[in-house]
Amino acid sequence: MRELLGQAWTVARKDLVLEFRTRTALLSAVVFTALVLTVFNFGRDPTAVATIDLAPSILWVTFTFAAMLALNRAFQLELENGALEGLLVSPVSRRSLYLGKLLANLGFVGVVEAVGLPLFVLFFDVPVGPVLLPLIGVIALATVGFVSVGTLFSAMVVRTRFAELMLPVLLLPFLLLPLTYAVQATARLLAGRPLSEVSGWLKLLAAYDLVFVAVALLLFPHTMDE
Amino acid sequence: MTLAQKGRRVVLAGLLLLGGVYVRALAFTPVERFQGPAQKIFYLHVPAAVTTELAVILVGLAGVFFLFLKDPRLDRFAEASAEVGTVFAAIVLTTGPIWGKPIWGTWWTWDARLTSTLFLFFLLISYHVLRGAVTDAGLRARYAAVLGICAVVLVGFIHLSVYLFPTLHPQPIVLRPAKPGLPPEMLVTLLMSFGVFLVLYVGFVMQRYAIALRREAASHV
Repeated sequence: MRELLGQAWTVARKDLVLEFRTRTALLSAVVFTALVLTVFNFGRDPTAVATIDLAPSILWVTFTFAAMLALNRAFQLELENGALEGLLVSPVSRRSLYLGKLLANLGFVGVVEAVGLPLFVLFFDVPVGPVLLPLIGVIALATVGFVSVGTLFSAMVVRTRFAELMLPVLLLPFLLLPLTYAVQATARLLAGRPLSEVSGWLKLLAAYDLVFVAVALLLFPHTMDE
Repeated sequence: MTLAQKGRRVVLAGLLLLGGVYVRALAFTPVERFQGPAQKIFYLHVPAAVTTELAVILVGLAGVFFLFLKDPRLDRFAEASAEVGTVFAAIVLTTGPIWGKPIWGTWWTWDARLTSTLFLFFLLISYHVLRGAVTDAGLRARYAAVLGICAVVLVGFIHLSVYLFPTLHPQPIVLRPAKPGLPPEMLVTLLMSFGVFLVLYVGFVMQRYAIALRREAASHV
């Protein structure tokens, strides 16, 4: 167990260091998020629809797209110079490799969301102050759900044709469910409903995370064998 | 007789039997009191839906066994089952709105059950898209197995959450904790239709499996 996590951390650190030193992917993902939020601003009629009604959808569609963009690069990175083969012959177990990639993706998507959330508040003037902690909880749980399946699929699509298009096609049906839970929870939080109304959705999100992290851990080695 | 020919005969028998079921459904099964003749589509819609789910579950199971046994027959079967499942899902998604328009007054609503069937259809489509995008046969089989297993897990999840959303859709009336809430004549017609859809499923899968075999043979030439 210690070894598994230790190796995972090594892989995650390698990815994150690479990401923060080059900054290209991270920066483009952040700019993309800001742009999607801007597009949403012009894609609605503020006099006809109250922002608060649309806010959960805006937040979650933006985060879903941002996560997908981030996940596309998770294994793309390893294609250059046959880095993936190098990783596979290194004494890192397949499960640690998955966990490491999962952690790195969580870090990446987390940074994008950490920038996206304040921008969302700023652009749409949504009162998140009183519900900030539970909202962050919802975002964290949903992100783990997105990234757990996404990491598994991004390992598969890099070796297919049209990889950039393939990931959204495979992944979106899997994201819709956590997206639904997250939107329901966010809508109730922003409407100032009591936390007890939200806890059911949080439990579903947590269950989704547990199940799909476990399934992905079991299946990931099969996507990597030569 | 080749597998394809056998499959064709099974399908032909299935189609004839389906005709028989509809003669029974239209002439010898009572008309539903509230829905009138529109309810007759039920004998197509429900068995098609159940067969779709069965097809998807078998894709997942074949995937699990494939990852352990690496038997190419399992992969061919999964491919065939997924494709037949897609066709049946399309039947569900076509017959549903035809019934929905007169009874609900709308072709489509984002109801939990309708949405979950649409999910299933998208999942099956993406399964075929993935298969089409991988050139190496061994890799394709493994990826397809992984996606198939994930899809079954997701379908299980969707089923659990369907019960949490309010629904317009009629509740299950056969497989439910209480005894079936259907008059015996309707139940018998429905069960016969289930049987016929199973025959059709088997026949289509046999034919599709034969196509997969031929494709493999052709790619080796």
